[in-house]
Amino acid sequence: MFENLSDKLQNTLKKLRGKGKLTEKDIDVAMKEVKMSLLEADVNYKVVKTFINNVKERSLGHEVMESLTPGQQVVKIVHDELMKIMGEAESKLKFNPNDITYFMMCGLQGAGKTTATGKLAKKLKKDGKRPLLVACDIYRPAAIKQLEVVGASVDVPVFAMGDKVSPVTIAKEAMKHALKHGNDVVIIDTAGRLHIDDDLMNELVQIKEEVKPDEILLLLDAMTGQDAVKVAETFNKYLEITGVILTKIDGDARGGAALSIRNVVDKPIKFVSVGEKMDQIEPFYPDRMASRILGM
Amino acid sequence: YSHRKIDDEFLEELEEILITSDMGVETTLDIIEYIKEQVKKNKIEDTGEIKNLIKTYLANMLEEHEVNEEESNAQKVILVVGVNGVGKTTSIGKMAYRLKSSGKSVIVAAADTFRAAAVEQLKEWCTRADVEIISSENGSDPASVIYDAIQSAKARKSDILICDTAGRLHNKVNLMNELSKMFKILDREYSQATIDVYLVIDATTGQNGIIQAKLFGEACKINGLILTKLDGTAKGGIAFPIVKELNIPIKYIGVGEQIDDLQTFDAKEFVNAIFE
Ligand SMILES: Nc1nc2c(ncn2[C@@H]2O[C@H](COP(=O)(O)OP(=O)(O)OP(=O)(O)O)[C@@H](O)[C@H]2O)c(=O)[nH]1
Ligand SMILES: Nc1nc2c(ncn2[C@@H]2O[C@H](COP(=O)(O)OP(=O)(O)OP(=O)(O)O)[C@@H](O)[C@H]2O)c(=O)[nH]1
Ligand SMILES: [K+]
Ligand SMILES: [Mg+2]
Ligand SMILES: [Mg+2]
Repeated sequence: MFENLSDKLQNTLKKLRGKGKLTEKDIDVAMKEVKMSLLEADVNYKVVKTFINNVKERSLGHEVMESLTPGQQVVKIVHDELMKIMGEAESKLKFNPNDITYFMMCGLQGAGKTTATGKLAKKLKKDGKRPLLVACDIYRPAAIKQLEVVGASVDVPVFAMGDKVSPVTIAKEAMKHALKHGNDVVIIDTAGRLHIDDDLMNELVQIKEEVKPDEILLLLDAMTGQDAVKVAETFNKYLEITGVILTKIDGDARGGAALSIRNVVDKPIKFVSVGEKMDQIEPFYPDRMASRILGM
Repeated sequence: YSHRKIDDEFLEELEEILITSDMGVETTLDIIEYIKEQVKKNKIEDTGEIKNLIKTYLANMLEEHEVNEEESNAQKVILVVGVNGVGKTTSIGKMAYRLKSSGKSVIVAAADTFRAAAVEQLKEWCTRADVEIISSENGSDPASVIYDAIQSAKARKSDILICDTAGRLHNKVNLMNELSKMFKILDREYSQATIDVYLVIDATTGQNGIIQAKLFGEACKINGLILTKLDGTAKGGIAFPIVKELNIPIKYIGVGEQIDDLQTFDAKEFVNAIFE
C-alpha cells in the first residue's frame, strides 16, 4: 500500500517532469497525488490542505508555467516547501553558560522519555559533562527502577526519592543535590501523561516554574497519526516547549507527524531516536525527513 | 452538520472527520464512494441520515469479524505482542486482574527480558492483580521463560497463562523471528491449551499500524486486538484497516492507567466517538 502510493507519486512527478507545458489541470492531478501521499505519511489533515494550497499557488505562478521544465519546477517546489516547514539547519541543545543546565523531558505515555534521558546522559558524559538524572515519574510501576537501570548502564547517577514524594519536591531536592555534588547538567525524567489531563499538565508547569529548565523537550513517537498536532499544541500551550525529540524512527513509519508539529508549534526537532540502545540517538536532518515523508 | 445540502463542502467535511480519525485514505475514499452511491440510489437529502449510514457501515466493518466465544473450560494461553511502548505490560496487568476477578486462576510469564525494569514493572502489576508471575533474570532467553511458564501452568492446572513480550518494531527481522519462536514453543509444548495472540495497538498510531499488523500477523497467528490509550483525544481509526487486514476482532480497549481501565470492545460506542 505504501509502496503503491509512493510509486504513484513518483510516477506523477515523473510525468510532470516529462511535460513540456503544464496546464492547471495537470497541476491539480499532481497535487491530488501529493495530498494522498502526505496523508498516508500521517501529515495532519489541516497542514496538508494549507501545504497543497501553497504549492499550487506557487506552481501556477509565471516562473513555473512559463519555464522550460515546469514539471521539475513543481517537484522542486514540493520539496522546498517541505524543507521550509522542517527547518533548515541542525538545532543544538541550549546550555546555561553560568550555572547548572536543566533539561526536562515530557510527553505522552510510552513515547520514549526514559530511554532518551539515558541517551542524552551518555552523550553529555562523552562531551565531558557531569550529568545527573532525576526520577520524577512516581506513577508508572517500576519507572524509578527503569531509570536507575538506564542510568547505571551509562554510568550516570540517578537522583530518586521513591514514589511517595511529589515530583515537584523531587525536582527541587535534585537541584540542591546537583549543586552539592558538582553536576553540571540535570535531566528530569517525568511520567507519561495525556495532554488533556489538566492536573498532571499543571504538575509539569509547577516543575518548570521551580526549575526553570533550559530545554523542555517533547518526546514524540514517529508512528503517531493525526493526533500529534493536538498533543504538541497542548504541551506547548502549557509549557512553551523548546524542542522535540522524534522517537522510534528505526521503524518504517513515514513520520509525517514531524512535519505537522513543526508546522503548528514552530519548535525545532532537536534529535531523532533510532533504537533502544543507549547510543542510538542522532541529530535531525530535515532533508532526509522530507524525502522520507514523501516516500522518495 | 444535520439538515444541510449534500455538496462538495459537506463531503470534504466528512473526509476531514474520517481522515483525522486515522482510518487512512483508502478506507476514507471507500466510504465517500459508498455515500455518493447511496445518495444517488436512494435520493438521500438529509445529511443526518448520511451520518447514520456511515456509522452503520463502520460498525459493520468491525462487527463482521467478531466471534462468539464459547465459555470453555480448556486451558488457555494469551501471548501479548506489539511495538514498543503501546501498553502491552499494562494491559496484561489489567487482563490478569479481570480474569482473576472472574474466578480464573492466572499465571503471568515475564518474557520481556530485554527492557530495563520490564520484569519489575510486570511484578508490580501481578502483585496488584494478585496473580503468580514466572520470571527469569534480565538478559535471559525469553523463549526459556515461556517454556518454564508452560511447565508451571501445567503443574498447577492454571486456567490462563498470559505472556508478556518485549516491545519490538515489526521491521526488525531477528526480533520478529524471536517472537515466532516463542509462539512455536507455546504451540508445541502446550498443545492442550488454546492459544490466543493479542496484538496491542496504541490508539494514537497512524498509518504505520497497518504494516505493524501485517508483519506481526506473519510472525504469529494473531486473533485479537487490544486498542490502548483511548482515554486521550486520538480516535483509533487505524483499527478499521487493521481489522480488515488481519480479519480479527478488537477484544479490549484500554482507557487509562489504572487496573480496571480495560473494557470489552463495543463497536457502536467506538464508532460514535469518531463523530463526537
Ligand atoms: N525501537 C525503538 N524503541 C524505542 C526508542 N525509544 C524508546 N524505545 C522503546 O519504547 C518503549 C518505551 O520507552 P520509554 O523510554 O519507557 O518511554 P517513556 O516515554 O518513558 O514511557 P512512560 O514513562 O511509560 O510514559 C521501550 O520499549 C523503549 O525501549 C527508539 O528510538 N526506537
Ligand atoms: N492513558 C493511558 N496510558 C496507558 C494505557 N495503557 C498503557 N498506558 C501507559 O503507557 C505506557 C507504556 O505502557 P506499557 O504497558 O509499559 O507498554 P509496553 O507495550 O509494555 O511497553 P514496552 O514493553 O516498553 O514495549 C505506560 O506509561 C502506561 O501506563 C491506556 O489505556 N491509557
Ligand atoms: K506510543
Ligand atoms: Mg518513562
Ligand atoms: Mg512491556
